[in-house]
Amino acid sequence: MKGFILFTFSIIFTLCNTNNSLATTTVQQEEGEGIELPTKPKEKEFNAGDKALSHIVDANAFHLFGDYYFHLPVMLYAPDHGWTCLSSTRKFEPVTYGDGTLAIDRYVLNHGSVFRVKDDNFPLGTHRIEGFDYKYVEDEKGKEKRILQVKFDGELYDLETKSTVDGGLFGGSLTSYYDFSITKNVFSLLVNFFILSWIFLAVARAYKKRSNMAPKGLQSFMEPIILFIQDDVAKPFLGHNYERFMPFLLSLFFFILGLNLLGQVPFFPGSANVTGNIAVTMVLAIFTFVVVNINGNRNYWRHILWMPGVPAGVKLILTPVEIASMFIKPITLMLRLFASITAGHIVIIAFVSLIFIFGNAGESLTGSGMGLLISFPLTMFMFAIELVIALVQAFVFTILTASYLGAAVEEHH
Amino acid sequence: MFFLVDFSVIKPDPGLIFWTTVIFATFWLLMAKFAFRPIGNALKKRETDIQNALDAAKVARAEMENLKDENVELLAKAREERSQILKEAKEARDYMVNQAKKRAKEEAALIVQNAKNDINSQKLAAIKELKNEVGNMALDIAAKVLRKELDSDQAHKDYVEKLVDEIQNN
Repeated sequence: MKGFILFTFSIIFTLCNTNNSLATTTVQQEEGEGIELPTKPKEKEFNAGDKALSHIVDANAFHLFGDYYFHLPVMLYAPDHGWTCLSSTRKFEPVTYGDGTLAIDRYVLNHGSVFRVKDDNFPLGTHRIEGFDYKYVEDEKGKEKRILQVKFDGELYDLETKSTVDGGLFGGSLTSYYDFSITKNVFSLLVNFFILSWIFLAVARAYKKRSNMAPKGLQSFMEPIILFIQDDVAKPFLGHNYERFMPFLLSLFFFILGLNLLGQVPFFPGSANVTGNIAVTMVLAIFTFVVVNINGNRNYWRHILWMPGVPAGVKLILTPVEIASMFIKPITLMLRLFASITAGHIVIIAFVSLIFIFGNAGESLTGSGMGLLISFPLTMFMFAIELVIALVQAFVFTILTASYLGAAVEEHH
Repeated sequence: MFFLVDFSVIKPDPGLIFWTTVIFATFWLLMAKFAFRPIGNALKKRETDIQNALDAAKVARAEMENLKDENVELLAKAREERSQILKEAKEARDYMVNQAKKRAKEEAALIVQNAKNDINSQKLAAIKELKNEVGNMALDIAAKVLRKELDSDQAHKDYVEKLVDEIQNN
């Protein structure tokens, strides 16, 4: 245990050092591309932070390697224009870095993601664009914000990101378009869906065909996990009610576990940071919230709204607290899964990035070798930790859901 | 090579929310109907079947135990019966032998008695005959002796008879 703590600390220190070296790289950087703006820092060759972010965020095209992308269908909705559906992001004719060379109905593809030109004067239909640029603007809080631009007909047009529903809490907002595309994350969700469906339909078939026989093959691999959820998660919290909620708990557990594990696979069709995206964890938490509150019995609601057995004065304090906790519970579920998976992905990418940072972005072979020596064991360690986290987070989400459900269906005693 | 460095994972995207909802709901409903409920039922059925089989085995073992006890009892009873029969047979044999011996003794005693009686009566007859013979012979002798001395003297004849009687009575 002591050794483990020491090791964790050494990793944190290494990470801090990584950040320092990143900062140094930024300062040392001299030459940059793009249009000169006085407040704009210079672009650099390699930025581990950018790299990590570009890997964990959702995208419209699935990056394979180099300039190769797995192109996915695009479905965009702009209230002022209507639907724009493309069979794949290839329609933008990307050449390098997943940057499209065509604008279609004011939409452009940048680094595998679709953006919309803000300016109404930009012509609709398909047009050849000349490239991308960016500028920095200060927002109300005096914080610098980078805005992407597209070069068309010698002019620069601002681009806007797709709508997000955080209400400006994290810098997102409702913009002029919504993206309902089969993105990288949606694609991973579908892959996960089909793999899991195939597994469980096969297992269910095995149970049907080999009823009252010892489990075999895939069936015997899944059975202990199913029994674990049944006996150690569902039964302790739900008692005799457990059977009613088993499908929901199993669906949650395997859906999250599948996505977590798929995200650990470092190549296509894995690697997408799906359970590290707050939209996904939010939906799962909302499912839990809805299932818990739909199944809440009289006893549950009485405990929330008018806690029995405490003085009236305390009740006045308790009721708002209980109502708040009703919402806080799913919010913690959402944040816990999101934060641990995103953090895991970032740390792994940071460790892999050590190779490039040490190698001064591919210029020094000795540096890369040194980086590899340091990065390899750290990344290995991190992958091992991530595997545990993938399981633990799926388990924690499920067991907490079971405990909330247990509280909701508990009979008066 | 410009792109927006944006920590967008924390900004919920309606499109992703929509697709996640659709995919998870489909997964849940589909798996509940075609996988998790049937699997749960199969597991439960197997559990009850195993429990039933174990219970049945327990009952069967108890029955076997009972049967074994019964067998032992039966065997003991049979042994007892056998010894009883043997004992009875022995008694019967002894009785019969004794009876036979007794009968034989009685028969033998009867035969001996008869033989003795016969011998006695024969002896008496023989003695009587002998006495008569001897009397006659003695009369003859005496007659021959007295003929010489008395010659048909009645007094003498009576006296001789008297003597013969005396002898006979002796």
